[in-house]
Amino acid sequence: MNYAVLSSADVDFLKGVFGERLIVGEDIVSDYGHDEMGSVVSMPEALVHAVSRDEVVSLLRYANERRIPVTPRGQGTGLVGGCVPLYGGILLDLSKMNHIHALDDDNLSLVVEPGVLLMEVSQYVEERGLFYPPDPGEKSATIGGNISTNAGGMRAVKYGVTRDYIRALEVVLPGGEVIEVGGNVVKNSSGYALKDLFVGSEGTLGVITQATLRLLPLPKEVVSLLIPFPTLEMAIDTVPEIIRSRSTPTAVEFMERGVISAAERLLGREFPDNSADAYLLLSFDGNSSDEVEKAYEEVAQLCLSRGAIDVFISATADRQETIWSARGAFLEAIKAESPELEECDVVVPRARVADFIRFTREVEQKVGLKIMSFGHAGDGNLHVYMLRGDQDDRLWQELLHRSMVMLYDRATELGGKVSGEHGIGSSKLAYLAQEENPAIISLMRGIKQAFDPRGILNPGKIVS
Amino acid sequence: MRIIVCIKQVPATTDVAVDETTGVLKREGIKTRLNPYDLYALETALRLRGAHGGEITALTMGPLQARSVIAESFMMGVDHGYLISDRAFAGADVWATARAISESIKLLGDYDLIICGKQTTDGDTAQVGPEIAELLGIPHLSNVLSLGVPDKGSLPALTDMGDSRIELSVRLPALITVEKGINTPRLPSYRRKQASAGREIPVIALSDLAESRPELYGLRGSPTQVERVFVPEADNTHEVWEDAPAFLARRLVGELRGRKLL
Repeated sequence: MNYAVLSSADVDFLKGVFGERLIVGEDIVSDYGHDEMGSVVSMPEALVHAVSRDEVVSLLRYANERRIPVTPRGQGTGLVGGCVPLYGGILLDLSKMNHIHALDDDNLSLVVEPGVLLMEVSQYVEERGLFYPPDPGEKSATIGGNISTNAGGMRAVKYGVTRDYIRALEVVLPGGEVIEVGGNVVKNSSGYALKDLFVGSEGTLGVITQATLRLLPLPKEVVSLLIPFPTLEMAIDTVPEIIRSRSTPTAVEFMERGVISAAERLLGREFPDNSADAYLLLSFDGNSSDEVEKAYEEVAQLCLSRGAIDVFISATADRQETIWSARGAFLEAIKAESPELEECDVVVPRARVADFIRFTREVEQKVGLKIMSFGHAGDGNLHVYMLRGDQDDRLWQELLHRSMVMLYDRATELGGKVSGEHGIGSSKLAYLAQEENPAIISLMRGIKQAFDPRGILNPGKIVS
Repeated sequence: MRIIVCIKQVPATTDVAVDETTGVLKREGIKTRLNPYDLYALETALRLRGAHGGEITALTMGPLQARSVIAESFMMGVDHGYLISDRAFAGADVWATARAISESIKLLGDYDLIICGKQTTDGDTAQVGPEIAELLGIPHLSNVLSLGVPDKGSLPALTDMGDSRIELSVRLPALITVEKGINTPRLPSYRRKQASAGREIPVIALSDLAESRPELYGLRGSPTQVERVFVPEADNTHEVWEDAPAFLARRLVGELRGRKLL
């Protein structure tokens, strides 16, 4: 795709719209050239901080006309290079569109701008006895970023993912038209589900300028169970049994001693237990402590019968904090262990999690790259990290690619998908093309073409 | 080592109503938890027992439902537990509380160490621990950050004095209050919960104590007179300015000058 290079006339136009909120060329700090993972790097020619939908409309209308690439960005906490402006052009930072507009108590919904942070959404609704269930580890991400990647998180086992909690979106199309998809309604059978198409589209189809979130009443009680097992095998082999038992945990996470130790080093404090090499971490919620206790008893018994060393109960905020702060620090902790790393965010059918984890051990042996993993055993979404260690660049790239291909091929064999919750961005684009049916990739290209015929929105992402 | 740990059931929220006339917290019907600071005291005891052997007794004072914090201490691995409970103890201030606890400790026989959390999250006075020690006539250390290895009847410790830290050693038997962060408290165990289900928790009442004059306990035995309990008024009025940094800086300087602050 041939794109226009930013001219001085373009800069003048942007200045007219964004004033002081325009930054050009070398004045743009390097953070805007990468995301949290940092493995994809490319700087924009101009950076604008939008504060209103009208500004987004003016920008897109102009950029579409001039064929200048526009890459939307939230807080830059993504892990697949989704917000990196691969073709330069204009980086559209939406983090200043951060107002919470209206809580609709009658319809249990909340209207927000895309730059509101996930932690702000949780705080706002929980103070009012309400609940926005999606719970990705990165609480400082924007809701716009969460929607664009269809972020999942820990509570997906019981509550589902971001897409399940989006009622409506206001979207600016590449030509500058403003549309509203979905509605503040519980049911909707009115034509193609465009709203669901925008969720997870990584800013390639339109720019989200407002979202209506679906809320639930806040569960009054939450209890976590930390369950030590002698081996990781025993821990993850128990997960399908838990699912089969018809119990309804909100989260089922697995973690290994190596990752926990890394988190202890990073946080400078101990994890509340050190009796085992592997753990399952489960959460249960409900409206009374009796209800929650009843829900977890059966699972506790099941785990003990499957060889768990014990089952530790965490029922208060202080107790929860000691476990979940470590869990929340896993990514940072693994990052601190290696100068560079890359991640495989596959999702496999829940019954195959154990197979897949076993396979990561095989890959580690065969390829000779250190692999650390943790993840959402209860929904089949695993975070597998390849650590560069002291490999030189050429060898690292080679070993990394070999590992990735082996992992994705295996995931596909097991009926899995390339990304569970981080998206495709640019770093997983080749693997999506490799693992998906060509007819599906072709449909995706067609969809991109229908929404963005001039290809200005976040080019080089999801499909090439 | 024979260790006694004093623990307390506190409201699980900071939003608790206060009885206007007595100044006592209204504890009925609200969610409760084990005082978070006491978790560190229990863990300290469990680690000492792990390293040097011995037995741990948990002691709490409160209404009958406070038995649940003793049950929780069993789930963490404590050996014995008692509830100090009597209508005559109701409404006690720190002094009357320390009296009831110290008199109860006298019933329990010999001990080497009493451990308390540094304070509670409801009263926040941090006084009961040291007052128990005074009433028992034993030495005490407050705000203990870490402990050394007990040696020849002494226990070395590092304590936090606010603006300084002191390394010192205390002769046993003694009482210490431990800081938050001295360790990471272990979680209650489901196996222990099953093992201790239905276990009797003995109650110590006024009539069990050697010193049983009722006027020394409860509201009557409390020298503290609460004049008024209130939530400090908070003024949250604020303005949010949004603009480019350069404009904001200029506006801020203008505002500060306008208020004659610059």
